Amino acid sequence: MNLAAAMPRVQWSRVFTLVGRELRDQFRDWRVVIPVVILTGIFPLLMNFAAQTAMDFVSRYGAPIIAEQLFPFLLMIVGFFPTTVSLVIALESFVGEKERFSLEPLLSTPLSDAELFLGKALASTATPLASAALGILVYLTGLYLAVGWLPSAGLMLQIVVLTLAHAVGMVSAAVVISAQTNSVRAANLLASFIIIPAALLVQAESLLMFWRRYDALWWVILGIALLAFLFVRIGLRQFQREELLEREVEELRLDRLRRNVWHALTAGARNPIEWYRQGVFPAARRSLSAGPWVAAALIMGVVVGLVMAARLPFHLNLGAIDPGGEALMAGLRDQGLLSASGAMYIFLHNLRTVVLASLLGVFSLGVLSLIVLMAPLGIISYAAALVGLVGGNPWLFVGGFVVPHALIEIPALWLAGCSMLRWGSCLLARPDGRTIGGLWLESMGDWVRVTVGLVLPLLLAAAWVESYLTPYAAMWALAAGAW
Amino acid sequence: MNPPFMIEARDLTKDFGERRVVDRVTLEVRAGEILVVLGPNGAGKTTTVRMLAGILRPSAGSARIAGLDVSLYPERVREKVGVLTEHHGLYSRMRAGEYLDFFAALYGLRPAERRQRAHELMRVLALEVDGDRWLAEYSKGMRQRISLVRALLHRPPVLMLDEPTSALDPESAHLVRGLLRELRAQGCAILACTHNLGEAEELADRIAILRRGQIVTQGKAQDLRAELAGLPLFEVRLGKSARRAGPLLRSEVDWVEVGERSIRYRSASPQVQNPRILQRLMDAGLPVVELREITPSLESVYLRAVADNASLADVPEVDS
Repeated sequence: MNLAAAMPRVQWSRVFTLVGRELRDQFRDWRVVIPVVILTGIFPLLMNFAAQTAMDFVSRYGAPIIAEQLFPFLLMIVGFFPTTVSLVIALESFVGEKERFSLEPLLSTPLSDAELFLGKALASTATPLASAALGILVYLTGLYLAVGWLPSAGLMLQIVVLTLAHAVGMVSAAVVISAQTNSVRAANLLASFIIIPAALLVQAESLLMFWRRYDALWWVILGIALLAFLFVRIGLRQFQREELLEREVEELRLDRLRRNVWHALTAGARNPIEWYRQGVFPAARRSLSAGPWVAAALIMGVVVGLVMAARLPFHLNLGAIDPGGEALMAGLRDQGLLSASGAMYIFLHNLRTVVLASLLGVFSLGVLSLIVLMAPLGIISYAAALVGLVGGNPWLFVGGFVVPHALIEIPALWLAGCSMLRWGSCLLARPDGRTIGGLWLESMGDWVRVTVGLVLPLLLAAAWVESYLTPYAAMWALAAGAW
Repeated sequence: MNPPFMIEARDLTKDFGERRVVDRVTLEVRAGEILVVLGPNGAGKTTTVRMLAGILRPSAGSARIAGLDVSLYPERVREKVGVLTEHHGLYSRMRAGEYLDFFAALYGLRPAERRQRAHELMRVLALEVDGDRWLAEYSKGMRQRISLVRALLHRPPVLMLDEPTSALDPESAHLVRGLLRELRAQGCAILACTHNLGEAEELADRIAILRRGQIVTQGKAQDLRAELAGLPLFEVRLGKSARRAGPLLRSEVDWVEVGERSIRYRSASPQVQNPRILQRLMDAGLPVVELREITPSLESVYLRAVADNASLADVPEVDS
């Protein structure tokens, strides 16, 4: 991605003028000042007291290691709590201005959309971060004086980066919410979509800290940083004068919604041929823009399978299998293969995977949908590698057991992945005059058209091949000496 | 030589989804000219101003402000325009001086100039003693005046004002109108949206009437009257009953309305017809007390312009 192109021209003097005003406003608002004072001065002392009490308690039972794990955890909490204020400040700063109509005078100044976004985002992040830093300082000073504990430089770096990533992630997510609403009340309701995942995330981080898996914590930090970056990008895309001023009505208009959804699904077609011509093929063409990413993910799945086979090998007892024997065919029939019900089972299984991947993709900007699609290829390459490890021929294995149906199934999954990724990541796209809702609906419509019109028929065909033809190809592979 | 056009819009259009809010609006304002845009609520005035001020992108058509295309150079357009928004939306936790200093800084004014300019404008709008007060304590009228000061801080050559005197008491409104005349004299191009027809008539060099996103008509007030109120209307007041006058005048003009001691008629060529009518009345022994032209009010002109065909019959032709 070309960052210079993604980032519009910014005049930093204007940004800092805005930051100055926002900070002055925050420090004149008791709703901000009181939590900041409590979280900076009182809460760290409380955590200090908790840490010392826990230390005294566990020392009596000869388990100081528990207290040692508690210190870094509380350090993370002392840093995290003030950053939650950033969410409140950001919502107030972005939506509050809209609600009080003070945004329009600002929009009529030469400030660019990006300058406005940066000014407000920086101001929303600065106070909570400063508060977190002070809180950490108070906590560490108290702990050092009381028990002489100080974190290692590595842990300290992790806490600083983690706190920063939390704050930026929450502020940028708040901006995304703010662009969708006109009232602080609605924004606060939507904020639960930030607070709940953030709370779950902190619990996961806590577990890692108690397990002393600081190496894994870096991956979490990387994930949050990536998410924060994506949210900043969405925020920059959405925080536009057009979006902010157009969204004047928050009324739910069911008739219009129904009409729009229907059009997104049918593309206005009157018969199936028209639907394919106007709806399915254009949607597939649009989806192909995500093609290279999906292909890369599928290849990555293969690579992960091979790596896992090298790291976690286990011995396949292939000698028990009688290649070409009737017993094997009978076994396959017992498994439901070589029958319509077997084909239907395979089809439904693949359909479930596609739907699950899509739903996960919607909530993860498309990322989780790719991970779900990577899994089958990872399993195949893992199995092929294991066959190779026990002296079999992995190419024959893949050729016999996978290729017949994969020739249809993999293009189907690739196409499904393209439409899933495009739907999941539509919020990252440039709106080009369309509303976010409109963009989302359009991408969802494309996904439905591609899935129903192309992916499902392909998966049905692949399931038939897998049930009726692949077993014979597998028998041939076994006879040819796959192992 | 005519002053240059500072605001030029050609077929300016704005769609919000499927809804067309502004429909092919074409208008021009020269330097030193005031164009007043009239129109009912929801006619598209605010959206038109937002597009002209570089705040919203037009869906179709084009607009240039001080020669700059609003679609290509919105930021530079915003530097050239002072906007008084419909909602003043002041920051309640700021003092007036701080507020103006903040906006002046965004427009790139240097600190000394910011202070001097804010002080000067606050003095003109009788706010100089209130510079240290919190904006939350300001009355509605004061908020409107401080918003106007904000719009003028950077000496914009183009001003766009949404309801410039709506919340003001008569004295403050008079002050603001005086300031606008002064700015016009200095060469500022002003586009003002208002519902105050008296003010429109007093200030406007030209008037544009907007209805359902379209400009219904535009021109000088007298031209609009001629266009929308029909032929000039005259009234003759007589010293006697006017009953006998009707038949006399019907042979001269098409439309005649006879009252108790007065008679009204429309004339396409009053220079020719009025002397003949007077002569006939006097020849018939009807003493003429007064002959005057009845000027239709801007309100009746406006109401005719924005009325649906169905409700046109309810609009009075003229003020009685």
